Amino acid sequence: MTEAATILISGLKKTFKGQSRPALNEVSALIASGQTTGLVGPDGAGKSTLLRLLCGLLDPDRGQVSVLGLDPFGESDKVHAICGYMPQKFGLYEDLTVLENMNLYADLRGIDRAKRGPRFEELLRFTDLGAFTGRLAGRLSGGMKQKLGLACVLMGSPKVLLLDEPSVGVDPVSRRELWRMVEQLAGGGLAVVWATSYLDEAEKCASVILLNQGYVLFAGAPGDLVGRTSGRSWFIEGVPASERRKVLLDLLKGQDVVDGLIWGGGIRVVTSGATPPKKELLADGRYQLTNPNFEDAFIDLLGGGAHGQSALSSHSKAKPSDGAVVVEAKGLVKKFGDFTAVRGFSFSIKRGEIFGLLGPNGAGKSTVFKMMCGLLRPTLGLALIAGIDLRRAPAKARGRLGYMAQKFSLYENLSAKENLEFFSGAYGLRGRDRKARVEFMIAIFDLKDYLGMTARTLPLGFKQRLALACAVMHQPDVLFLDEPTSGVDPVTRREFWLHINSLAALGVSVMVTTHFMDEAEYCDRLTLVYQGTDIASGTPDDLKAMADASGSITMEEAFIALIHKSRANGRL
Amino acid sequence: MKIVRALVRKEFIQIVRDPAALMIAFVLPIILLFIFGYGVNLDSNTTRLGLVIEGSDRESASMASSFTRSKYFDVVTSRNRAELDEGLTTGRFRGLVIIPADIQRGIFGDGPARVQIITDGSESNSALFVRNHAMGALKSWLANLNCDQGNCQSKPLINVESRFWYNPELKSRNYLIPGSLAIVMTLIGVMLTSLVISREWERGTMEALLATPVTINQIILSKILTYYLLAIVSMLFTWAVAVFWYQVPYRGSMLALVAISSVFLLGALGQGLLISTVTKNQFYSAQWAMVTGFLPSFMLSGFVFEINSLPMPIKAVTYAVSARYFVPCLQTIFLAGDVWPLFIRSALAMSVVAIVFFMITSRKIVKKVY
Repeated sequence: MTEAATILISGLKKTFKGQSRPALNEVSALIASGQTTGLVGPDGAGKSTLLRLLCGLLDPDRGQVSVLGLDPFGESDKVHAICGYMPQKFGLYEDLTVLENMNLYADLRGIDRAKRGPRFEELLRFTDLGAFTGRLAGRLSGGMKQKLGLACVLMGSPKVLLLDEPSVGVDPVSRRELWRMVEQLAGGGLAVVWATSYLDEAEKCASVILLNQGYVLFAGAPGDLVGRTSGRSWFIEGVPASERRKVLLDLLKGQDVVDGLIWGGGIRVVTSGATPPKKELLADGRYQLTNPNFEDAFIDLLGGGAHGQSALSSHSKAKPSDGAVVVEAKGLVKKFGDFTAVRGFSFSIKRGEIFGLLGPNGAGKSTVFKMMCGLLRPTLGLALIAGIDLRRAPAKARGRLGYMAQKFSLYENLSAKENLEFFSGAYGLRGRDRKARVEFMIAIFDLKDYLGMTARTLPLGFKQRLALACAVMHQPDVLFLDEPTSGVDPVTRREFWLHINSLAALGVSVMVTTHFMDEAEYCDRLTLVYQGTDIASGTPDDLKAMADASGSITMEEAFIALIHKSRANGRL
Repeated sequence: MKIVRALVRKEFIQIVRDPAALMIAFVLPIILLFIFGYGVNLDSNTTRLGLVIEGSDRESASMASSFTRSKYFDVVTSRNRAELDEGLTTGRFRGLVIIPADIQRGIFGDGPARVQIITDGSESNSALFVRNHAMGALKSWLANLNCDQGNCQSKPLINVESRFWYNPELKSRNYLIPGSLAIVMTLIGVMLTSLVISREWERGTMEALLATPVTINQIILSKILTYYLLAIVSMLFTWAVAVFWYQVPYRGSMLALVAISSVFLLGALGQGLLISTVTKNQFYSAQWAMVTGFLPSFMLSGFVFEINSLPMPIKAVTYAVSARYFVPCLQTIFLAGDVWPLFIRSALAMSVVAIVFFMITSRKIVKKVY
């Protein structure tokens, strides 16, 4: 970093009322102009608090900040004039059109009506929103909303750009575009701070500040952090696809494995020492040292990912492994008025399989999902759960499935215990059976110490456990997960997948939608949804091969290539 | 000023596109006026009465006819009390009058004669009404009887002339509708204002605004201006419906109406602003606006319940409710005309309430996220 520091942070501490642990503690850092600085950390690490402090929207308990020589706490007006800040749920007025939003921000930034034309043109060209100026902001897709947000923030030609998780809820295609735009801005001399819990984004930043529980764990170039796990990152290949999850589960039981995940058609593990993973666990796979990546280092620095074994598996009864088809969709079509949201969708899920639905925002994933749960009536076609037609006997079919909605559908102002009791009742459990089941869930998800807390105040990881406990309490044959890990940090995500893999190993069929392409690797089979149509289906390896003959690309690259291909085919 | 204008423009675009805002500003007043204009009627025109005539003598018949001829009663008669008893229980009658068989003996013999009036105490208002009018009917019958017997007073000692000023027909609509203007303005000033500001917090648009060079005063000013204008427009609209459709008399000046409404609105907007500043949440805002704005303006303003008949502690609370000062002003403007001494006194009281709200708000609101 040769550039002069634009933002100086020293000894920053902030404690919120009613919380014993400071949100930020002894935070010091330098942020330079002309590059993107990633602000990385799990949920609740203090990323948003730090950004709000930088633009003077919060006052610290202690410590100083200087933004281009200005003090955001004393001279917040001057700082606001040179700062562009995009909060997490970007403040777009959803009932205003794209152009009206831009005009409002131009007025607020004091840009003359007469001088507005060229600036607008430039921003519209930059954000590719020129065709949508008359559309209400609320009707834009997630990615377009973020681009409009960016355009509004850029209106005042800021020198510092503070972006709070701009890529949450944005599909991979739009994420790339957004990233490219921001890189271009940084190249033009802006200081950009990009808060994220996506580690692949963090790795692309020129410099990162890694926060955890309010402390800075690391600050510097991501490359410097990656070195931490060199000689300890292993790649295991040659494990048959059907065995991968089982091998991973076995590996994670070992104390010497810090982190492990299904990755690029194989298994990636980080060990605590230089000893390679135990060969007898690998089921004919071969291990080799691999280049460490940022994610390995991140998880390692945070003390490792989810470990051992999901208690769920050791306590649940395995379903018979007969390979029977448990979930079946036959020619599902859903029309809303003139608009066809889903055009002819068919698939089947066998017992113990994990089936993934992937696709950009608005592709129709959620619509398919809702039809499979019986929450939406298909216009045409059949949805069968364990052979039961959802239209004929919806209650009976639903009794066989567990559903975890986006953002954990828990009753936030009920306590954890009350949530468990409510859902046990809702699934028709009664009397002693019900009590035993609730006790069992408390035991296996280790919720004992949190029973009295309301769901709202639970730490994220426990919220997720509770939501999962509520969904699997009645021992369903099928588990439906709608974006279960959206906005969830890598550590919590790993724990989640540990549970899911354990359930699948027991014979539960899982259908999952996700934005995280690396999670797609956990699926036995995938369907790529685009504009309501199934554009590609198969195993993760099949999809990669479809996109690129060599097959040596990442899932995300395959996803993008397949979407481009279907766009090019033009019919859609 | 340019910034405020831009914000106000934004606010109006949102109002036009938000069905909920238009509902509160224009549809709700219509519904309220409809209820108060047609539905709620605190006057009693005719009341259904059961009349049991046990005897068949001349006195019984003439006494009965004094009831059947009364313009206050709609009478069903019977010889048998058992036939009508049930009517009182089922609510078919508001009261029963029983003229016993021995009425003649009571009057001319060992009297006094006994007439029974039974009313439905669960409807205390109409019970009193039935009793008073039944007594009146009996009195006038008695006067006639005396006259027939030659005791006729040719010249009454006192002749009472009563006249109801401002609302000669005592139509409750004529004072309920002006009062409902206060409710409409409370809904816009307190409820709608606190909701829209809370919505900005919930959607994160407030945070985005705060990070621009806009000052907090500009944001507040733009909200106050917008919802002040909306409330005045809605008030004029309601006024027009009241005067032209419901034919409520309007004897005051427009100036007085707008001036006194403006003072009231200042307080209401201050309250809405304070609620949203403290809660930052639409659900809580709605609750608070309901409990501290809408209900008091309904129940503690003299709009429906007479303030003087409230118990002391509750009466004391009404002094802090600015609708308490506003409702009488509205009724006066409509029915009596401009009575400036009353308006000025009320305006001063309402200003005190408004100033208190703004003072608390200015302490609570800062250009920070928390």
